[in-house]
Amino acid sequence: MATTAELMVDNLCVQFGGLKAVDQVCFSLKPQTLAGLIGPNGAGKTTVFNALTGLCPVSSGQISFCEKQLTNEPPHTIARHGIARTFQNIRLFNNLTVLDNLRIAYHQNRQYSLLCGIFRSPRFKREEAQITAKAREALDLVGLADKSEHIAGSLPYGEQRRVEIARALMLSPKLLLLDEPAAGMNPQETQTLLELIRKLRDELKITVLLIEHDMKLVMNLCEELFVLDYGHLIAKGDPKSIQSNERVVEAYLGGSWA
Amino acid sequence: MNKLTSLISGAILLFIYLLVQLLERQGILLAYHVQILSLCCINIILVVSLNLINGFTGQFSIGHAGFFAIGAYASAYLTVTWQVPFIFAIICGGILAGIAGLAVGLPALRLRGDYLAIATLGFGEIIRVIILNTDAVGGARGFSGIPKYTTFGLAYLTAIITVVVIRNFVNSDYGRACLAVREDEIAAESLGVNSTYFKVLAFTIGAFFAGAAGTLFSHYLQYMAPTPSQIGFVKSIDILIMLVLGGLGSITGSVIAAIVLTVIPELLRGFAEYRMIIYPILLILVMLYRPSGLLAGQEFSLASLAQLFKGAKAHGNHS
Ligand SMILES: Nc1ncnc2c1ncn2[C@@H]1O[C@H](COP(=O)(O)OP(=O)(O)O)[C@@H](O)[C@H]1O
Ligand SMILES: [Mg+2]
Repeated sequence: MATTAELMVDNLCVQFGGLKAVDQVCFSLKPQTLAGLIGPNGAGKTTVFNALTGLCPVSSGQISFCEKQLTNEPPHTIARHGIARTFQNIRLFNNLTVLDNLRIAYHQNRQYSLLCGIFRSPRFKREEAQITAKAREALDLVGLADKSEHIAGSLPYGEQRRVEIARALMLSPKLLLLDEPAAGMNPQETQTLLELIRKLRDELKITVLLIEHDMKLVMNLCEELFVLDYGHLIAKGDPKSIQSNERVVEAYLGGSWA
Repeated sequence: MNKLTSLISGAILLFIYLLVQLLERQGILLAYHVQILSLCCINIILVVSLNLINGFTGQFSIGHAGFFAIGAYASAYLTVTWQVPFIFAIICGGILAGIAGLAVGLPALRLRGDYLAIATLGFGEIIRVIILNTDAVGGARGFSGIPKYTTFGLAYLTAIITVVVIRNFVNSDYGRACLAVREDEIAAESLGVNSTYFKVLAFTIGAFFAGAAGTLFSHYLQYMAPTPSQIGFVKSIDILIMLVLGGLGSITGSVIAAIVLTVIPELLRGFAEYRMIIYPILLILVMLYRPSGLLAGQEFSLASLAQLFKGAKAHGNHS
């Protein structure tokens, strides 16, 4: 296993007016780790994801990924470097089919030109067939092969979450960020999700960083945890050491843990 | 099936053209009727191209008449002063409007919703006022003496090309990126879609076809007047009404609405003053009963018709 870090976050600060939502956070991720980002509501977890994916401006600090500086790059550039994500409030393209949701995410790999598309050249047809095959493959992976023609917004919540993961996988990411993937899922769905995330890491060899409130899932799945409280990183380490960490226990008791 | 339906569609389109030619030669269709048919084609181009911007990419623009005007006047200037071949004038009209689209789109598309609507409306009026004050194109007197180069066949062919190009665009990765921007810009960006690029691209392509429509228009009527109803905001709103009636995001809806709303005012010529009453009533009815437009984002196609037929047959067999 490579020892150099893939993702490096150095002194990250995100400020909204007077509020320091993320304050001097430092952490790094090695390739192919399953890591968790936990903390009370409003701790700044989603904001860290937003900063990592370019969706909110970084006030100071640096983010580098695979030795490239990504601080304050636009989101579509960051996606091209291999960071994909899902959203806490699912953001599917609700009026489009599941298949189209996934095909859109293959955008960066499309080679054919605008004219090829307009004239429906053989190249266009070949590539489109490839894109569709790729999308079906990703749907298969999350167990939704039979839902490809459904309108995304009409699917039940748990399935929408899985479509969003499949869509993120269409980017062939090196790092996958999952924002509360188990929210609103029943215990059985959560178990399937846990197995899915493990499978993704093992088979696709990607790094996963997830935000989650379900402590059972987090402790079972993650090899490394980062704990945020009021924008500060108060602890990091393996699940065992986190469970017995005093500051974490304090944040648990004092905060609004689910 | 796919090859077959395009073959059938092609045959139907050719048949319509030949039919119009025949009826015109027989004197059954008068020049006036052919003019309405040609205007239908020109309006189809305008509505379908606006649909690309408003319907498929979700950028609410109401300055489409501005691009139409640029195409109409620039091409007329070219054919009148330099006698350039018409096909070249059409392309120039389109390209100039496209360049204007690019120039306006780059700054304006950073705005959202109402602000974008106001900015595009303002752009359309600026174009009209510039034309009003440019003597080389007739200024306030209007631009007359434009050669009559546009035929029904040419307008018909251009409308078909527009529909096919925009349909193919929408069904490619480029179009999917536009749809993604419409549906959820943040999600689109996080999936590697450069949203600004695709907004500007859709805007530029839409402007190009509006410019081509303008060229066909000025070379059909042979006279352009810089009035709000011909090249100003009234024209923009007219196009928008057709779009909304047909349904945002439906190309076939745009085609049908463009034809219906071009023909109805002609049928109601005697009641011209009532147009402004009939239009709003029509719109209110659509809003009440089909809030997403006649076709509501769906497409009408031979394949779906065949499906419907099969379904009805199967149903019939059952009972
Ligand atoms: N775009 C924003 N503008 C202003 N404040 C924000 C914004 N996004 C998040 N915040 C604030 O930052 C803090 C952290 O939010 P968030 O990262 O969503 O927390 P969580 O850990 O629950 O995901 C909260 O106090 C929230 O209100
Ligand atoms: Mg959150």
